[in-house]
Amino acid sequence: MECVFGLVGNGFAIVAADTSAVHSILLHKNNEDKIMVLDSHKLVAASGEPGDRVQFTEYVQKNVSLYKFRNGIPLTTAAAANFTRGELATALRKNPYSVNILMAGYDNESGASLYYIDYIATLHKVDKGAFGYGSYFSLSTMDRHYRSDMSVEEAIELVDKCILEIRSRLVVAPPNFVIKIVDKDGARDYAWRQSVKDVTTAAV
Amino acid sequence: MVAADSRASMGGYISSQSVKKIIEINPYMLGTMAGGAADCQFWHRNLGIKCRLHALANKRRISVSGASKLLANMLYSYRGMGLSVGTMIAGWDETGPGLYYVDNEGGRLKGDRFSVGSGSPYAYGVLDSGYKYDMSVEETSELARRSIYHATFRDGASGGVASVYHVGPEGWTKLSGDDVEELHYHYYPVAPAIAEQVMEEATAE
Repeated sequence: MECVFGLVGNGFAIVAADTSAVHSILLHKNNEDKIMVLDSHKLVAASGEPGDRVQFTEYVQKNVSLYKFRNGIPLTTAAAANFTRGELATALRKNPYSVNILMAGYDNESGASLYYIDYIATLHKVDKGAFGYGSYFSLSTMDRHYRSDMSVEEAIELVDKCILEIRSRLVVAPPNFVIKIVDKDGARDYAWRQSVKDVTTAAV
Repeated sequence: MVAADSRASMGGYISSQSVKKIIEINPYMLGTMAGGAADCQFWHRNLGIKCRLHALANKRRISVSGASKLLANMLYSYRGMGLSVGTMIAGWDETGPGLYYVDNEGGRLKGDRFSVGSGSPYAYGVLDSGYKYDMSVEETSELARRSIYHATFRDGASGGVASVYHVGPEGWTKLSGDDVEELHYHYYPVAPAIAEQVMEEATAE
């Protein structure tokens, strides 16, 4: 099952997601990047049905870009999160999207933030959040060790603790994870944690 | 390298052993058929039309990424309506070889190797253990043929003819089409048992 989790630290936000593309019992791909760079300072980690996940996050990404082109300034993280929730809510009673999203962003005025948006259009601003079966392990680990003024190194240690716990206790644990970070310098890849490397090394 | 079997089944009845499951979208792109035959054939032909229109409108060939995205978007708009399509789009464009997996849920994955269909886990077993990125064309076509053969051996819904196609910078070419029953005796020849050999000698005297 898909594992997505994230937390906010001192001037940054980190999200981690597994990288398995699964179809019933088959693992089609173990290096699928599920954390989309929404714009220069926003990340969207999404889990859910394969078609919905890509289509909905790309829809949000294009609309966020459109706002920037039309108005000359980018959306804040809060505004983007509320837009996303609104789209999920509108579709919910007719044609719901089965996507759970953790949106992380950095704004100059309000610093780093993390938004929990689930498939039935719940929206919460949170310090730490998680989706999937992995959340049973990562939430309590984060609750225990999290402090609001963590440095990047401490936060990565905590993320690695969560990944280790998921790998050792979840029966269908995904082997590989990707970690991305967003801070005042922008949204970017931080690291990949791979326990099963594919023959070709490039991630797509 | 793209390979497929050629069996179509309706429940326990084998309706055909000679279905073309590798669909020629255009001279440099192939699609594979798994799931509903009608859906795959129709939507691949539709994709071929869209690719041609793109080439005419933009004065250059569509990329494999673009073609697979067109198909994925089309299938996504019909999600929940009962389409059954599990396909791979393989082709060659400016960025080199491209392989995408697209299914009726609207999922689209870029990768280096995929296996789709009821026999796919069996094929993955052979494909993964024999795969290296820098294999020669002959080695790869033999690996593809072998993967299809082993899937047809174990899976009742797979059989018929194992076709192997190669996709290169100049387009695709069909490399081989072997009946899997014959492949079985080619890979596992039957040596006469001792008793039969003795019988032959006895009758010869």
